[in-house]
Amino acid sequence: MDILNALVAFLNYVFVPGLAYGSQLALGALGLTLVFGILRFSNFAHGDTMAFGTMWVILITWWFQSMGITAGPLPTALLALPFGIAITAAFVLATDRAVYKFYRDKKAASIILVIVSTGVMFITNGLTRIIIGPQEQNFADGARFVISAQGFKDATGLSEALVIKSTTAITVITAAICVAVLFWFLNKTRTGKSMRAFSDNEDLALLSGINPERVVMVTWIIASALAVIAGTLYGLDKSFRPFIYFQLLLPIAASAVVGGLGNPLGAIAGGFIIAFSEVFVTYAWKKVVGYLVVLDLEPTTLLQLLSTDYKFAVSFTILIIVLLFRPTGIFKGK
Amino acid sequence: MKKLLLATAASALMVGAASAEDVKIGILIGFTGPIESLTGHMANAAEEAMNEVNASGKALNGWNFVSDRGDSTCGDSAAAVSAAERLVTADGVKGIMGADCSGATGAVLQNVARPNGMVMISPSATSPALSTAEDDGLFFRTAPSDAREGEVMADVLMEHGVKSIALTYTNNDYGKGLAEAIASSFTAKGGVVTINASHEDGKADYSAEVASLAAAGGDLLVVAGYLDQGGKGIIQASLDSGAFSKFGLPGGMVGDSLPAAIGPALNGSYGQVAQSDSAGAAALIEMGKNNTPAWDGTSPYSMESYDAAALIMLAMQAANSTDPKVYKDKVMEVANAPGEKIGPGELGKAMELIAAGKDIDYEGGSAVELIGPGESAGRYREFEIKDGKYETVKFR
Repeated sequence: MDILNALVAFLNYVFVPGLAYGSQLALGALGLTLVFGILRFSNFAHGDTMAFGTMWVILITWWFQSMGITAGPLPTALLALPFGIAITAAFVLATDRAVYKFYRDKKAASIILVIVSTGVMFITNGLTRIIIGPQEQNFADGARFVISAQGFKDATGLSEALVIKSTTAITVITAAICVAVLFWFLNKTRTGKSMRAFSDNEDLALLSGINPERVVMVTWIIASALAVIAGTLYGLDKSFRPFIYFQLLLPIAASAVVGGLGNPLGAIAGGFIIAFSEVFVTYAWKKVVGYLVVLDLEPTTLLQLLSTDYKFAVSFTILIIVLLFRPTGIFKGK
Repeated sequence: MKKLLLATAASALMVGAASAEDVKIGILIGFTGPIESLTGHMANAAEEAMNEVNASGKALNGWNFVSDRGDSTCGDSAAAVSAAERLVTADGVKGIMGADCSGATGAVLQNVARPNGMVMISPSATSPALSTAEDDGLFFRTAPSDAREGEVMADVLMEHGVKSIALTYTNNDYGKGLAEAIASSFTAKGGVVTINASHEDGKADYSAEVASLAAAGGDLLVVAGYLDQGGKGIIQASLDSGAFSKFGLPGGMVGDSLPAAIGPALNGSYGQVAQSDSAGAAALIEMGKNNTPAWDGTSPYSMESYDAAALIMLAMQAANSTDPKVYKDKVMEVANAPGEKIGPGELGKAMELIAAGKDIDYEGGSAVELIGPGESAGRYREFEIKDGKYETVKFR
């Protein structure tokens, strides 16, 4: 029995990666769910908006680096983030003006808007690939670890190590700040309240004098800011490749649906549910269990429910189960 | 590209005339994809062999060998097949130096080479499965089978005192074949393989894969993957999470881009790559340095590429025909004893000897000796990474 080592192994291989991945999914799902709540369609282009925004952050990061501007121990990308958000918001607003507004004015059914957003997705994806190319890009700099494997082992004398990468720490902290600011905005400011009113009952909101175009504009700006932040954090913590972001749409959409579409709190819960399920089901528990049981009972198999190749299947399965038994999501969305 | 354009322009000019002069040889390797950092050297090496023969002027019937590049992508078999289809049917190549990765090579062999009767000499496809594949005598390789690399790797690990390994492979024909070969040889020598798991290339994050590998444990992690792809991701994630600190690196993980990406943490890892220590190898490395464009003979499979292209041309000369169905029977003859030994840079002399009716034994840069169904017997360079460099330990 070695509870400490078991705990450290669990934290290192399950909890910390799940927490980082969950934060990234939650930020992505928040953007998706906001657009759904206010514009009333599932935005398929959200994953590629993330890729598009992250691409600009990368390009600006490289430009900063070439001029010798860095953020010390923090990644330079954090400095480039506001510029990336500005460019992406402008791009998304232009898309709204050129594409979505036409269908909104015609009061098109939401399924049509979904198909339209698929078209926008392909174009955004193509643009990203043309500008930065389809291959992997690394743009993380600054200090790599908050706690490194060797440092932890030396300090504690345990045989297992708890590693915290600085990008993981930044991800979790940034996500917490973003969520706090977003909820403050939605609950305390006039614009935020008008957005919630618009989401709850469009006709009543219009009657009370809320400007719909303004609400739509603010929604797009917030959604693109969340998308770029989520994309940049994911790229810093893992790696950037346009196709990966396209694939990321599935777990993000699953998070939003599981939590309840249109419900910001649900999006955050959904993100963590999906992330931890993926990690729990595909982790080989042999090591953790091995530390907990007496020696001769040590498991001979890996105690792994599913091979890691089936990660995406987990989000699909949860999505289907939730839709079957609780179609509005855990937190009563729409 | 320029060459290709020139060749196309030249052949367009000669429409109608008896254009028996230009003989196109396809170079079908992954200029994009998981081994793209190696293929530039490979193509330049093959083209140097062609230029060498052309410059000597000893080819029969005034043949002028022209290179025709195609992108196999390494990973995407369908793309490799369509590229090969273009080379054979549209461009009319008379032989193919390629393909590179085992999966793509097998697909091109079955779907393009056999139906069209085209000779393929691969410089780098190493899957054991290709030894037994139906090939109508059209397929050869200047790279050894991974069955051999598995034995060599097991020896290397044993000599380092490794008792147990975790093993991960890229989920394709090459990775699977090599992982099986390593696992069976290592187990036969008394070692323990704690886990033998695949990984997919092109993912953003390998922490879940590494978590399983770490759970199984082992003295070191053998990564039978690609250096520009999942293999790099696995190593990075293992180091980040502190799961493994030493790695066993087979041939697909050898290239300067890996230590450059990982940094000093990779020092101390070791492995082996198909490469020869023959006198020819040293000479060919020099030739590569002085060539324009220069290429690196120590980069994996570049010498094999030179040799593969040379074998195609020598076999054509020996058969006095550029018809693949005719010269395919001569490939083994020019590659093996008896005959005068031919090193790199002596292609002109070899062409002359063949024209004079003498036997040759092509050695080239990789000490070519084709065994069994036409594959290299294989010499391996054991290396250890020191200060970000692949330092040679010895040849075996």
